[in-house]
Amino acid sequence: MSASGAEGQALHAVPEVATEKQTIAQAVRDAMLEEMERDERVIVLGEDVGVDGGVFRATDGLIERFGAERVIDTPLAESAIIGMSVGLAATGFRPIAEIQFMGFVYPAINQLFAHAARMRNRTRGTLSCPMVVRMPYGGGIHPPEHHSESYEALFLNTPGFKVVVPSNPYDAKGLLISAIRDDDPVLFMEPKRVYRAFREAVPAEAYTVPLGRAAVAREGTDVTLIAWGAMVRVCLDASEVLAREDINAEVVDLRTLNPLDRETIISSVVKTGRAVVVHEAPRTGGFGAEISAQIHEHAMLQLEAPVQRVAGFDVVFPLAHNEKLYLPSRDRIVKAVEKVLAF
Amino acid sequence: MDLPHLYRQMLRARAYELAVEDLWNHGFISGEMHLGTGEEAVAAGVVTQLGDGDGLALTHRCSPALVVRGVPLAPMLRELLGAEDGLCGGRGGHMHLFSKEHLAATSGIVGASLPTAAGFALANSRLRPGAIAVAFTGAGAMNQGMALETLNLAVAWRLPLVIICIDNGWAITTTSDSVTGGSLVERAQGFGMRAETVNGRDVRAVYKAAAKQIERARCGKGPSFLLATCPRLDGHFLGDPLIRMANKPIAEGKKVFGSVLSSVVSRGGGGLADRAGGVTQMMSVMAKARRSGTRERRGDPILAVYKTMNKHEAERDRIDAEVAAEIEAAVAEALADVGEGSDG
Ligand SMILES: Cc1ncc(C[n+]2csc(CCOP(=O)(O)OP(=O)(O)O)c2C)c(N)n1
Repeated sequence: MSASGAEGQALHAVPEVATEKQTIAQAVRDAMLEEMERDERVIVLGEDVGVDGGVFRATDGLIERFGAERVIDTPLAESAIIGMSVGLAATGFRPIAEIQFMGFVYPAINQLFAHAARMRNRTRGTLSCPMVVRMPYGGGIHPPEHHSESYEALFLNTPGFKVVVPSNPYDAKGLLISAIRDDDPVLFMEPKRVYRAFREAVPAEAYTVPLGRAAVAREGTDVTLIAWGAMVRVCLDASEVLAREDINAEVVDLRTLNPLDRETIISSVVKTGRAVVVHEAPRTGGFGAEISAQIHEHAMLQLEAPVQRVAGFDVVFPLAHNEKLYLPSRDRIVKAVEKVLAF
Repeated sequence: MDLPHLYRQMLRARAYELAVEDLWNHGFISGEMHLGTGEEAVAAGVVTQLGDGDGLALTHRCSPALVVRGVPLAPMLRELLGAEDGLCGGRGGHMHLFSKEHLAATSGIVGASLPTAAGFALANSRLRPGAIAVAFTGAGAMNQGMALETLNLAVAWRLPLVIICIDNGWAITTTSDSVTGGSLVERAQGFGMRAETVNGRDVRAVYKAAAKQIERARCGKGPSFLLATCPRLDGHFLGDPLIRMANKPIAEGKKVFGSVLSSVVSRGGGGLADRAGGVTQMMSVMAKARRSGTRERRGDPILAVYKTMNKHEAERDRIDAEVAAEIEAAVAEALADVGEGSDG
């Protein structure tokens, strides 16, 4: 089964092939569509993914193209959706399970933690678990709690998963195709806040963006902003503000949280001497803590200031009118940068 | 059975939801707002039979049961606005309403009402013999593992639990039939539970069926399961264009469906004070039920109960007027400080 398409394009590189302006949601859909065309082992399952095409339209048109045997409307049963995916994956299928909102994955945690993540290790590689779990995550669209959460740290503290978070349409398609082709369980977190926020040129054909490699979304010399998903754009925004004050920020878009591209992080921090990590999830035990620890372990002597974190607060995701206070904003990032510069 | 009382409770539940709809339309409430319109006969028929100490665990369509249970309305509305003095201090929102006084809990996690209610039931069996617990659940939720686990242990421990399963035919856009094995009533019976089906639009039928089950639970005869069929009058949530296709082929619905969540969950709008002025006055609930532009009217239990009140014509209109006034006052109270410096 040969994979067609360009290998590992860098972020935002304008490809030579035919492109179409697409949103993240469309890019996600096309990634699945193309992989389903290429590989009949790829199937899609989840709540409302079939006849309806998904509550976020990410599976729109797939059932018409591939039929109900490959695009499966499941009962409302996350535990079974993921548990079945484990069984399917171990039997040679490549399931892509959709969890409607990341906050609804909890009933399936047992299947994910106790089974999906451990299959390869337990069987010394005899069985693996080539499955993708797609989960719209994060805030910014106003509904309460479970509909706005960002709990990637749970999965990063569990060995056995790859965790991928695209920030733009080009990466969304390339990373999802890599995830589908990967032999391990990949949690693919989709930033619903920017699902349709902007369009970008996306190649019409299949291509991959390699897992485990971060991208430098903006080059700079004074401070490194490290983010993923929807927060990348907020960091880019903050960089524009900083640029007006003659502060030149570099923005590292991690794209994959596990495996983590430490090299890119460290070489950026070695260059700038300062780092701010930005994420939506609560601060305590969030992935920012791990990144900060790694920077201190590997670039302590090059640091000009302690690493700062701009994160959600240690509370349940608040109701709509407090959402703005909770989510890291351009201003909070600018303040954190000023703090590391003033140290 | 006190029909005028049931009628009043149904109207209160509907009037409350209509007020919520207005608030949502005017941008005071954001996010997916699931209404319980169409479920009033079930809420009234069941919840009017609950009293002190009885527990109640609810779903994302929790308002009708809470209104009937007597939870104060203005704090409920204030909670939807996210106000500090809302029912839950502005921390829960519409999918997470709680009242300690009424032992009422709500969860946005589909299926979660069953184990919570089983816990209420077990606690009641120890602390307050004679008191029971009621779980409301959607039919779609009955396929969750936690729901099935609860069916089992409720029977194994003879819990004083009544499960009210509302079957509106849908789980968001998926028809319940297409993803449910066997009949839910037989499923519950298979666990060894008393189970039956009732027409959820007929408040008298619901009342009678629930009365038997509640009585059994109160005297220690164990759990039961009532499947109530109801229409889903306002789609899955407010603004859901699917409402127009509830009885039409999916293909047609898809055209109007578009990107549901992106359009529905994020609403901006002018200053709160401007918008407060626009919230409509609560007129006759019945008139509103009849007039609705987008709401499905077919099978509307409010229209059905109106007819059953033919013998009590004068009382019927008086109740309607009183309910409208009650809700109008609650809305006015909930919006009283709007525009006084809060920016929403
Ligand atoms: C665990 C979980 N999974 C998915 C959802 C998203 N969701 C909200 S309501 C709903 C459908 C519920 O169907 P049903 O139980 O039949 O109740 P209805 O909405 O029809 O009243 C879904 C899938 C959720 N809230 N919780």
